[in-house]
Amino acid sequence: MATFVQAVRMALHVGEERLGVTDIFGEDIGAPLGGVFTQTQGLRTAWNSPLDERGIVGSAIGLALAGQKPVAEIQFCDYAFNTIDLLKLAGAMCWSSNGDWNCPMVLMTPVGAGIHGSIYHSHSFDAQATRLPGWKIVMPSTPRDAYGLLLSAIMDPNPVMFLAPKALLRQKAQSPEEDVPGVPSDDRELSKMIDAPLGDRSKWRPRWPNTPDLFVPLGEARVVREGCDATVVTYGRHVHVCAKACAELEAEKIDVELIDLRTLHPYDWTAIVKSVKKTGRVLFVNEDTEITNFGEHLVRRTVDELFYELHAPPKVIAGKHLPGVGLADNLEKASVPQQDEIRDALRNLARHEP
Amino acid sequence: MAQVVSVPRRVSDEALSPELLVQMYDLMVKARVLEERLIRMQKQGDGYFWIGGPGEEAFSVPLGLLVHKGQGPEFDYLHLHYRGGGTMLALGADPVDALRQMKNTATDPYSGGRNFASHYSVRKWNVVPVSSPIEVQYAMAPGTAMAQKRAGGKGITIVTGGDAGTAEGEFASCLIWSSRKGHELPVLIVVTNNQYGISTPYDGQHGEKRVSDRGAAFGIRSLTIDGNDPETSYRAIRSAMDYVRTERKPFFLEAMVSRLYGHSSSSGANFVSEEADCIAQFEAKLEDRKILTRARMSELRTKYTEELLEASKRVREEPQPEPEDVWKHVFAEENMVGKAARKDGAS
Repeated sequence: MATFVQAVRMALHVGEERLGVTDIFGEDIGAPLGGVFTQTQGLRTAWNSPLDERGIVGSAIGLALAGQKPVAEIQFCDYAFNTIDLLKLAGAMCWSSNGDWNCPMVLMTPVGAGIHGSIYHSHSFDAQATRLPGWKIVMPSTPRDAYGLLLSAIMDPNPVMFLAPKALLRQKAQSPEEDVPGVPSDDRELSKMIDAPLGDRSKWRPRWPNTPDLFVPLGEARVVREGCDATVVTYGRHVHVCAKACAELEAEKIDVELIDLRTLHPYDWTAIVKSVKKTGRVLFVNEDTEITNFGEHLVRRTVDELFYELHAPPKVIAGKHLPGVGLADNLEKASVPQQDEIRDALRNLARHEP
Repeated sequence: MAQVVSVPRRVSDEALSPELLVQMYDLMVKARVLEERLIRMQKQGDGYFWIGGPGEEAFSVPLGLLVHKGQGPEFDYLHLHYRGGGTMLALGADPVDALRQMKNTATDPYSGGRNFASHYSVRKWNVVPVSSPIEVQYAMAPGTAMAQKRAGGKGITIVTGGDAGTAEGEFASCLIWSSRKGHELPVLIVVTNNQYGISTPYDGQHGEKRVSDRGAAFGIRSLTIDGNDPETSYRAIRSAMDYVRTERKPFFLEAMVSRLYGHSSSSGANFVSEEADCIAQFEAKLEDRKILTRARMSELRTKYTEELLEASKRVREEPQPEPEDVWKHVFAEENMVGKAARKDGAS
């Protein structure tokens, strides 16, 4: 089973060998390190940029406009906040020129808490990202989706942001369905093939497994588990947290439908409608701060369009509105949604009587 | 008023042909008359806001004439700021299209009625959409230049902006990204220095004597010129472009220019008589050298003034965008900038 970060690396390899990716660049992502999370080890077109996020986004825009296919990285989304006007510029390129130009670039950045990353390695970016019209935003939860969404992002003619939940980066596929097709079944064998060795890497070359052109469509959610008592809509690492909460509720004979949104914009409203019409109860979960949160938008639309389908008030569980995520375990847990809180909210939702 | 710092000349004094001087004069007048028409339109209620480049014609026109115009990395990319009207006319833009953008008509080819005047965008000429945020163009310029270095041709990237904006981080980004050892980029970094950031004088925000002094720290060849003299500008731009095209390395050209109608319509857009007028200066030279007569020069200005007045009346009758047009082009359906989409025949 591949890890999330191995899936990213294999997708980028396919990108540069078969899909025309010309530049994979950002801070520390070229040789010898290959990224602080190993996400770009062994890639032919990976190079180290100056430590300048605005330069990274600006150069990616310029490369894209000149017909190249760049995949740029901001090392942690915590450091993308000073790029917001350039992100707006990329998102506005097609619209502001009335369709004269497009800007086909991919921007990858690790997001979220869950690794004790302290104040400036734990930020989320989904609330900001979904406020950037003109961008497509993806946030996968499995190695397979990371691979397939990244390939689709590379082929899209628009700027696409790839938010990688950093707590999942080293996590292996939990089942064959979550795995990248074509990788060896032996994890150690895959590691020997594509993970750079410790120490001197100057002679090392990866041996890439033969993985397919698997395009997970942008804008298509995935039903992780079917259920009829309530719906939980989430993305990123909280897909796994919610799955555990759902499993706990199964013992209480509460059958929750879990939807992994996968693409935050344009999002799969059809999938949400279908599920809410079935269950009449919905919880939206994400870990970004709760005031002006993407989940709030989804609740608003649910109320606007599905009010008479609802048997309980729709709910959002999000991160607390705090300046950062504190380092101590108790502080981190008190800041971002936890399994217990999600389980209890789903139980209340399922048992709520109008 | 504006304190012009000492202007060294290190460019050859080789004479330019009378035909070229007349061509530059013609375009400078056309560009000035266009700006004056745009200002008038705004004042008469035929536009919401004016910003542009009257006073920069002696630099912007030669720049446009020297561009290797076309689509794709084999040709020059232009990352202009909002004072590039002279450059656009020299490239061959129809001045009536600028009137359309001022009137924000559906026929505005640069933005379909979405953006301010002087916010040009022409993909077939590599003119990247002009954007109001100051200096973002300097962050994008290394990207197009990287593609050009890779393409192996003679195409270069030209980025322009004002003196005050060089305080933004993107200006430093441009210097850093274009001068990395072994990765130098073919960028002509231009600063047109009009000595003001809206109302703040140069001395109030700069410690450096010349902005171009900053190039030295990065090993970037740099030059400050009198941008009010079209002959000096032409020779300096040509020489800088030759260097960038051939050496595939950056060059930093700072041009001292005037700002003849203030920052924008927000500051009144009235003529500033205290600053040097590059067209008046050039007219005196052309007359003195017997290249053009006063009568011929007046005739030309009258002709353009009348033509653009008539055009502005026609543009007033052109359709405005429809409300539902806001939804067009939020996303691109196809990759228009990709290699396969270009018509330049370049590989």
